[in-house]
Amino acid sequence: MSSVAVDVPKIRRYGRRRRTVAWVFAGPAAALLALFFAYPLAASLLQSLEGGFGNYARLVRDPSFLRSLSNAGLILVVQVPVMIGLATVLAYVLNQSWLKFRATLRVAYFLPAVTTLVAYAVVFRVLLRTEGGAVNQVLGLQVDWLNDPFWARVALIASLTWRWVGYNAVILLAGLQGIGREQYEAAAIDGAGSLTTFRRVILPQLRPVVVFCSITSTIGTLQLFDEPLVLTGGGPGDATLTPILYLYQVGFKQLDFGYAAAIAWAVVALIGALSWVQFRYFGSRTSGKERA
Amino acid sequence: MRRLVWVLAVLGALVSVVPFYWMIVAATHDGSELFASPPPFLPGGDLLNNIVKLEESVHFARVMATSVWTALVYTALSSLVSAMCGYGLAKYRFHGRGLLLGVVLATMMVPFQVLLVPLFQMMASIGWVDTYQAIIIPFLANSFGIFLMRQAFLDFPDELLESGRLDGAGDMRIFYRIVLPVVRPQLGALVIFTFMSQWNSFIWPLLMLNSEERYTVPVALNHLIGLSHVDYAGLMLGAFLATLPLMLVFLVFQRQFVAGLLGGAVKG
Repeated sequence: MSSVAVDVPKIRRYGRRRRTVAWVFAGPAAALLALFFAYPLAASLLQSLEGGFGNYARLVRDPSFLRSLSNAGLILVVQVPVMIGLATVLAYVLNQSWLKFRATLRVAYFLPAVTTLVAYAVVFRVLLRTEGGAVNQVLGLQVDWLNDPFWARVALIASLTWRWVGYNAVILLAGLQGIGREQYEAAAIDGAGSLTTFRRVILPQLRPVVVFCSITSTIGTLQLFDEPLVLTGGGPGDATLTPILYLYQVGFKQLDFGYAAAIAWAVVALIGALSWVQFRYFGSRTSGKERA
Repeated sequence: MRRLVWVLAVLGALVSVVPFYWMIVAATHDGSELFASPPPFLPGGDLLNNIVKLEESVHFARVMATSVWTALVYTALSSLVSAMCGYGLAKYRFHGRGLLLGVVLATMMVPFQVLLVPLFQMMASIGWVDTYQAIIIPFLANSFGIFLMRQAFLDFPDELLESGRLDGAGDMRIFYRIVLPVVRPQLGALVIFTFMSQWNSFIWPLLMLNSEERYTVPVALNHLIGLSHVDYAGLMLGAFLATLPLMLVFLVFQRQFVAGLLGGAVKG
């Protein structure tokens, strides 16, 4: 066998050229991320810390900020579980082969997820008008949906649920389709009814997808902006004020940039903490299930 | 039991669809009729009137055109940047690759609202406030898209790239001719996801676009509800037009649409 002459400089040149080519591919994105993500991110952290921790100390005593947090908390505790519960049941039903017009029903449920947030909020604002609004007329009510603190929250929660149930159901449906036919059959042979099958066989396996939905909904809730701005403007009073809506008011109406940055970082910290908790305490149990 | 479940499922589907239906009905009535008793439930004859009025109030045709072209330009550029970066990350080894991947992942985890204040100041200092480039360029590098495409390219067989090189094709040529056509499904999902996020984008254009002639659709709708005299029928027409392109894309490309909307969260 003839020995292959190794041309070291040529290989080096080739390696260098490959690295250069790699930067042609990755360079534009890297430059954009440095300029429009890394730099502003650092700037906002510094801005929030101007004058020490004063901005953060102010947060803890600011009734409007605390109200915006408790509003988000209410949505997290009431709307997210209701929505994910509905979406899970809906996904299970939409996965049944005996369901007539299944494809049409899926499209119908998914349709709200196709709407522009501002557009659907506008429609709900008109539907929920107190005087002559279609919802009040059809239900025969005189509820002041958007101007009463309690009902404004109900209206916001109902609108959010309308918009996002189908979206979550489609994610959960994809998860359900990953569960094999034979598991339903095995459960049926063991004499389990459809409710028992759902609770004992399907739900445990669907857990990672449910946790995924719950984490994305948590993030979405803490970032809520379009709907409260259009539906209620955060009102009445602070009844539907959300943290990002408050950030917008502080930063761009009151022009208090440092304080707005502190609000933003508080939201980041909350998102990180809540995602971690959900992932840690609800996400990892699946490995235990595999053992059983 | 099955019949009951079916009836409930149909009722729920009606709740999902009725607001759409009513939005369309309302767009065909005069604004004064929307809050009459009983409210209109069948299409009326005022669609043309409403189109004219909406056009007079904010030049909605121009608003739509602005939204369409900025979203298309953004989608084209952003998809290209994301696909190229995803390819670089998946198929090349280079200094800084780990760092870049880390930044991409961090971008996905940090809510972009954190950037609002400094980005706004940056735009102000370079004189980009109230310009189209301000709503197109800063968010071109979409970390979700980069990550999605990187995953797609990781599965791409290296042998095909090698055979391309042996045939004497350059890296760019291989990328455009061999690689991109193969990942067309993921690219389709990326394009739809990108278009939709730009079409719906609200808070940033709201901050950036001050003059009425540059409004995008969500900003224009928000402007309309803030007027002292709100024409609700025109508002419903605007909401309908805002939703129409997305609905059409959805009905035509259902699979990619769902994949794009879920951001590749679910496979298949």
